[in-house]
Formats: sequence, structure tokens, C-alpha cells
Amino acid sequence: MSALRPDLRIIADAIPAGVRALDIGCGDGALMAELRAQKAIDARGLEIDVAAIEAAMAQGLSVVQGDANRDLADYPDDAFDYAILSQTLQTTERPDLVVDELLRIAPRAFVSFPNFAHWRVRLSLLWTGRMPMTRLLPVAWYETPNIHHVTVSDFRVLVRDKGIRVERAWYLSGDKPTSDAAAAWRAEHAIFLISRG
Amino acid sequence: MASLLHQIRHQSVTIQAPLPLDSGQSLPSVTIAYQSYGALNADRSNAVLICHALTGDQYVASDHPATGKPGWWARMVGPGKPVDTDRFFVICANVLGSCMGTSGPASPDAATGAPLGMAFPVITIADMVRAQAMLLDHLGISRLHAVIGGSMGGMQTLAWAATYPERLTSAIVIASAARHSAQNIAFHEVGRQAIMADPDWQDGNYYDKFCMPTKGLAVARMAAHITYLSEEGLTEKFGRRLQARDIKSFGFDADFQVESYLRHQGLAFTDRFDANAYLYITRAMDYFDLAEPHDGRLAGAFATAKDVRFTLVSFDTDWLYPTAESRRIVQALHAVGAAASFVELSAPFGHDSFLLDVPALDRIMAGALGGGW
Repeated sequence: MSALRPDLRIIADAIPAGVRALDIGCGDGALMAELRAQKAIDARGLEIDVAAIEAAMAQGLSVVQGDANRDLADYPDDAFDYAILSQTLQTTERPDLVVDELLRIAPRAFVSFPNFAHWRVRLSLLWTGRMPMTRLLPVAWYETPNIHHVTVSDFRVLVRDKGIRVERAWYLSGDKPTSDAAAAWRAEHAIFLISRG
Repeated sequence: MASLLHQIRHQSVTIQAPLPLDSGQSLPSVTIAYQSYGALNADRSNAVLICHALTGDQYVASDHPATGKPGWWARMVGPGKPVDTDRFFVICANVLGSCMGTSGPASPDAATGAPLGMAFPVITIADMVRAQAMLLDHLGISRLHAVIGGSMGGMQTLAWAATYPERLTSAIVIASAARHSAQNIAFHEVGRQAIMADPDWQDGNYYDKFCMPTKGLAVARMAAHITYLSEEGLTEKFGRRLQARDIKSFGFDADFQVESYLRHQGLAFTDRFDANAYLYITRAMDYFDLAEPHDGRLAGAFATAKDVRFTLVSFDTDWLYPTAESRRIVQALHAVGAAASFVELSAPFGHDSFLLDVPALDRIMAGALGGGW
């Protein structure tokens, strides 16, 4: 088994075999290759970075160059069974509209993001008074691609307000799971499986 | 020179069956000149068809019989190359209407034996593809592992997917478009008018004459050649440098290097291409619009092609078939749910990038052909 990023490992394990899946922000196609090998899923990808797309295409994966902010509109309703948005939500211009798009393209979606309310982030802001730079968020505020930092609580409120159902959620501290109750403080990563309400 | 061109012997087959054309006319039989590389495997599953561009030919990976230059895609096709002839049986056929052995305006009239000239019917990209399908039938190849093409070759590849979706696994389309734009048509018209304005063209009846419309054809090539390059590429290669002189001549010699280069390109082209073929093939490209039979909806053309795996590549400096045209194809493929890959590569060479040294294209080509599926 390849060394898949922990949030991708969870998605790869949770997704049913043989479904149609779109991986938005698929990078070099690590998850897509895993889904192809382990779950017989002919996944499709959308990615903005040309070097990453080249790497994915060199493996024979179907990846289209595009921007999650604009190009999701090109996919028809229900084109897929699952949409996957890993570590990308916080980089989009309007995360709320992107979530709408995910659940237009597919009835179910996996969404993973770094939790900005992890205790280390909170302490960093509290003690230094400066935008936190942590292991997960290593880039200075002025050059980070993460333009919409989001917390576990924020995401829960967003989907509740939109009437979206949370089918399952996983929370990671490092690569270890952490509980629902402790997630707001202790989760470095959150992975939600959401579906149309 | 065209008479010498037409004396070259090419490997070809003549298929004694009518080829119906989009124009409503038909050819009573068709001769198709082609080259192949590698070996067809036992279950006939490793055939790859390469479709050439406007002024290309079947000599994709072998020396050109007229110019002696290496094949136009020798860097891409061969043993151990991205299109690996140790793995694949690679076929490239001279397109219908061209001048390297396939039926075209220089072909003899069945009744008189004289060259047809402008009596050859106007053909389309779809007609070219139908002729290629007849060749594959003749070779006993029912299904292709891939169809690959750049520029007009990409148009044929798209037409293959739209016309014979059950006959190909992959379609690899580079620096191409699903239609000719007004600008594309406009540049072609300049070329055609240059040929037809040459008094030696003689309404296309020049094959048995002493003079060929080489001046007109050379000008057509010069105009077209500019469209294949980028401004950045031209500036880098020539700038405003003077040709073999220190000062301007205050005359109309080729003062600038870029002028000298274009004149050479134009003239050299006439050694290997027929003016009438240029008229016919540019016309076929101008008529190309895959969406037209589907009320302008491109997705309609791919409705039956959703099981074909598409790979599209554009280049950021290609203003002839710009990235937006590839994106339009990708959108149509999304609409039908076909597996599609698309990337815009950065390369300085304009439209010609697909023929030149772009290592990322090599990796993508190998991936699209290898691919695990």
C-alpha cells in the first residue's frame, strides 16, 4: 500500500468500489491512482498546477487543467457519484459556493481541510498576536494559498445552514484519529462525507 | 518541381470500392499511401494511427523521399520513444487530397489518364477519416489502441472519435480545435488566393506544363508559416537583425533575417508540396466544424464517444489553435461524461510546439498510451 496522505487514506478506504468519482484539486493523482488500483474506480481529476497535471497524465490518469473556482460549472448535474475536495476548500474564493457545486455534480462529497481552531493554532495566535504558522499551515499570511481559513465548527455551521447532511466525519491529530467531541480543539485535519439534505 | 514530386513511388494500396464524400460526390476507388512501423500483435490490439497535419505526410518516422530530411515526428515515434514502435504497430497514411501518393488533385482521371486538377471533388476532414478507415479495413484492423494527431491531425482524431467511437480506445489531440475559426479561415484564404493569383496556376491545369505555381505556393507557405510561430519565438530567433549585411539596402532585398528565413521556407516548401493539394486540404480544414451537424452543440458530436479516453494538449504560445478551443472540447466531453485529460503546456514555439522539443509532451504521450487501462 502506498504512503497516501492520511486524509486521502481515509477517503480511499471509505469510498465504495466501482463508483464514479471526481477528485477536485487532485494534485499529481496519488488518490486517483489508489482508487484505480484498489477500488476499480476510473476517477477523473481537476487540478490547477501544470507540473502536477503532467505527473498525473504521465500515469495515464484523466486529469483536466482547471480552477475549482470557475470550472466546476462545466460538469453536468449528477455527473459523478462522489466529488472529492481534499485540502482545497480553504483555498477557494467562495467555499460556500464550491460546496454547492460539489453536491450539484454528485449526490455525495468528501471534503477535507486543515482545522484552523486546532489548539496549536489558537495558542500561536493568542501568544504571538500574529497569523499562525504551524506544521500544517507553514506559509506566511501574505503568500498563503489558504485565503479562507475554516474551523471544524465553521464547517458544521455551514452545512447545517445549507441543509446538507453530514453522513460521516473523521478527525485527525497527526495521523491519529480523534473524537467528535474533542475535534474542535484537537483535530488538525477534518474529513467530512456530506450528502444532499 | 511538382512533376518531380509526383514521380516519387510511395507504398500504397488501391481500394476498389467507392468512397462516398460529404459533398455528395464519391470517388469510384481510392489509393492510400501509408507507412507503418513496428509489428501488429497476434490479437491485433496494438495498432496506433497517427494523423498528419496540413502539410505533413505519412513519413512520420522515416526520411522524407523528396527532401531527405528525417520524419516529421521522428522525435516522438520510434523504438523506445513515447509512441514506442517496439510496443505499437504505428500507421500513418497520407490524407485524402494530398500529394504524397494518396488520391488527390494530381491523381489521374479514370477515363483520360490526365491529372484531375480541379475536377477532383472538394473533400472534408470526415472524408479523410473515412478513407483511413477503409485502409484499416484493408489491413484487417478493426480497433485502434489510439488515434493521435496534432493540428489538422487533431481534427481527424476528433472526427475519428465522433465517427467511429467503437474503433478506438484513446484519442490524443494536440494543438487542435473542433472547428476552424474565422481567423483560421481568413489565413487560409490568403494562401489560396496567393496560389490562384499565380499565372502559372492556370486553373489548376499545370501538371503537364513547364511552369508550376511555385511563387503563389511559396507565398501561401510564408503566410501560413508565420501563424505556426509565436511572436516571442520570431523575436528570439531573428529580432530585427539584418541578413548578411551591416546596413539596410534601401531596397526590397531580404534585408532582415526573418524575410530571408520566410523566403527560404516558402521556396523549400514547393519542392515537397503540390499547390492544388494545398487548396483542397485548406478547404477541408475550413469546412471543419464538428458541432455543425448537432445544431452547434459540440457535445452532440461526442454523444456516442463517451467510452473513448481523450487526451488534449494545447500550448500557451499557440495563437492559431489557442487553449480556449481545447477547453471547448473538454467542456463538451464533460457534458457526455467521457474520460478527458487536458493541459496547456508552456512552450515558446507557438503552434509548431507539437512538433518540437517539449519534454512534457513526451511524458504525457507515453502516459496516455501506456496508462494502465
